[in-house]
Amino acid sequence: MAVEKMSIAKALNESLRLALETDPKVLIMGEDVGKLGGVFRITDGLQKDFGEDRVIDTPLAESGIVGTAIGLALRGYRPIVEIQFDGFVFPAYDQIVTQLAKMHARALGKIKLPVVVRIPYGGGIGAVEHHSESPEALFAHVAGLKVVSPSNASDAYWMMQQAVQSDDPIIFFEPKRRYWDKGEVDTESIPGPLHKAVRVREGSDLTLVAYGPMVKVCLEAAAAAQEEGKSVEVLDLRSMSPIDFDAIQTSVEKTGRLVVVHEAPVFYGSGAEIAARITERSFYHLEAPVLRVGGYHVPYPPARLEDEYLPGLDRVLDAVDRSLAY
Amino acid sequence: MTVESTAAARKPRRASKRTSAAKTPQSSEPQLVQLLTPEGERVEHPDYSIDLSADELRGLYRDMVLTRRFDAEATALQRQGELGLWASLLGQEAAQIGSGRALRDDDYVFPTYREHGVAWCRGVDPTNLLGMFRGVNHGGWDPTTNNFHLYTIVIGSQTLHATGYAMGVAKDGADSAVVAYFGDGASSQGDVAEAFTFSAVYNAPVVFFCQNNQWAISEPTERQTRVPLYQRAQGYGFPGVRVDGNDVLACLAVTRSALERARRGEGPTLVEAFTYRMGAHTTSDDPTKYRADDERAAWEAKDPILRLRTYLEKEKLADEAFFTELETESETLGKRVREVVRAMPDPEPISLFEHGYADGNSLVDEERAQFAAYQASFADSAEEGK
Repeated sequence: MAVEKMSIAKALNESLRLALETDPKVLIMGEDVGKLGGVFRITDGLQKDFGEDRVIDTPLAESGIVGTAIGLALRGYRPIVEIQFDGFVFPAYDQIVTQLAKMHARALGKIKLPVVVRIPYGGGIGAVEHHSESPEALFAHVAGLKVVSPSNASDAYWMMQQAVQSDDPIIFFEPKRRYWDKGEVDTESIPGPLHKAVRVREGSDLTLVAYGPMVKVCLEAAAAAQEEGKSVEVLDLRSMSPIDFDAIQTSVEKTGRLVVVHEAPVFYGSGAEIAARITERSFYHLEAPVLRVGGYHVPYPPARLEDEYLPGLDRVLDAVDRSLAY
Repeated sequence: MTVESTAAARKPRRASKRTSAAKTPQSSEPQLVQLLTPEGERVEHPDYSIDLSADELRGLYRDMVLTRRFDAEATALQRQGELGLWASLLGQEAAQIGSGRALRDDDYVFPTYREHGVAWCRGVDPTNLLGMFRGVNHGGWDPTTNNFHLYTIVIGSQTLHATGYAMGVAKDGADSAVVAYFGDGASSQGDVAEAFTFSAVYNAPVVFFCQNNQWAISEPTERQTRVPLYQRAQGYGFPGVRVDGNDVLACLAVTRSALERARRGEGPTLVEAFTYRMGAHTTSDDPTKYRADDERAAWEAKDPILRLRTYLEKEKLADEAFFTELETESETLGKRVREVVRAMPDPEPISLFEHGYADGNSLVDEERAQFAAYQASFADSAEEGK
């Protein structure tokens, strides 16, 4: 059966399994990825089936994990690295930014670094500090990296396949609070290129752009707006670097209005980049300034405050109203 | 009464032995593995031996002389404005040639930015090293051609790459080994500590070759460590050894032994080559601000090239013709390096956009097109001006 309903977590697990089966050079590395199957069980059962040599429990040292993955890639392997939580990636940030991102260019293209860095990201799970952050802009800003995030099970499955096959390093952000959301996955047909946005709801009055965990919120907001007679289009960006500006431009030139939504702080966030580019590209089509909904310029708050910090249905609708009021 | 004095009271005094030990200079300093003294005397070591033909000995001498000549030329080229920067290896020739000549073709090297002598041993054309210092690229050579990775500028990062590569070698079931070069300053980096941990845990076939040249720019080794660096290995569960880094024979013997150990599947070794950076950290540095002249003078007496020459001459292993010929070869090398560097063209402006990504990138494509149009606009205005 080609089409199967499964959670994002299961889709990632199946996709990693397929990658291990298909290419003997694929390795999985990280803290607790072996017997435990990772703290979110994304690698559940993989070490049992593929052995300790391919699904590798590492010492508790993120720079070491990414640094040795680079060495393994230079030896011809294709490591998929798991960083346990978003807030724990920073010890590896140096290796990712100064080495992983730049080594291909340093060699004038003579070597490739096919490394996938998986990072469960985002809030909404009531966690302690460092377990709820959205640092995607910190990686998207770095040339040499590509940054993606699926929002549903089908994309989780296929984008992981595409990431593993990529010869460029990919930072793969997984929306952890959506891990258990289910969706249909067609394991026989690739939906589309990795770095293309997808229109997930058609509309004519305003465009919402989101990715990862915020796509669901935007779809709910669009449905609520529909009840008030407002037709909202939703784009799932899927790739934060590169960004499919053509898809956003096409949509905005139809609707004339754009609101970008992400959990990450709006200051210097991907919404800022999208707003600037679309203003340049579609200035005469815009009926209102591009608005952004996202986190504030404060450290990620304690769990009891995160509902105030994270964009929810009402804050998205508020931005929709403000845009339509112009 | 202390425990020590009690023990002393019970035992025979053996005064003569104690006196002679006290007379040994630097008796508290760790023992260096040494096979050729600064005076050019061959000495034996219980754990490390070496037996080289006259031809091989002359080969090591030639390597060191040519490397030093290349290095001097590069320093001169920087002074002439042909290079933006140069990191001289002056004084570290024995550490680099000794360890470099211990390698097999299938071994793999992860250098810092100062391993010009190791590059020489790997067969890398020395002029390839100069592009990054001239500013025409960031390295640009294919590391797989000579199994010599690109120079890494961020201190210590490459020790993890070496460890990962070595983990891959072990997975492949190969008996190759990997050498990670780094310095005394890098020994303080977290990445080096993590490389020690990973290599030990996975028993990776890697040799950590630390050139302790006594200075991390202006900071002495005492600012990096309170124990001799080679002793750090013990805490990670693998052997460490300190070798006279100005003794090419000892460096060769010790590295060979560490590589063999790695090949046998016995895991990593830390080699601390005790040497001295005779010059500045780079051409941008001024060592007179932080170190005394007499220190340099003391190390000049331990020069790695001079001691091998003394030995070769004393043992009649090389004649005058050899040295004269080598001098000519050195000058030819210097001339070639000079010519190649001066003729090294600046890259084409549009090449800015090459090699950021292996699989391409739509943003880079867009920026490249904008840049090309912008460049072309000057051509248009030039046309109009005619």
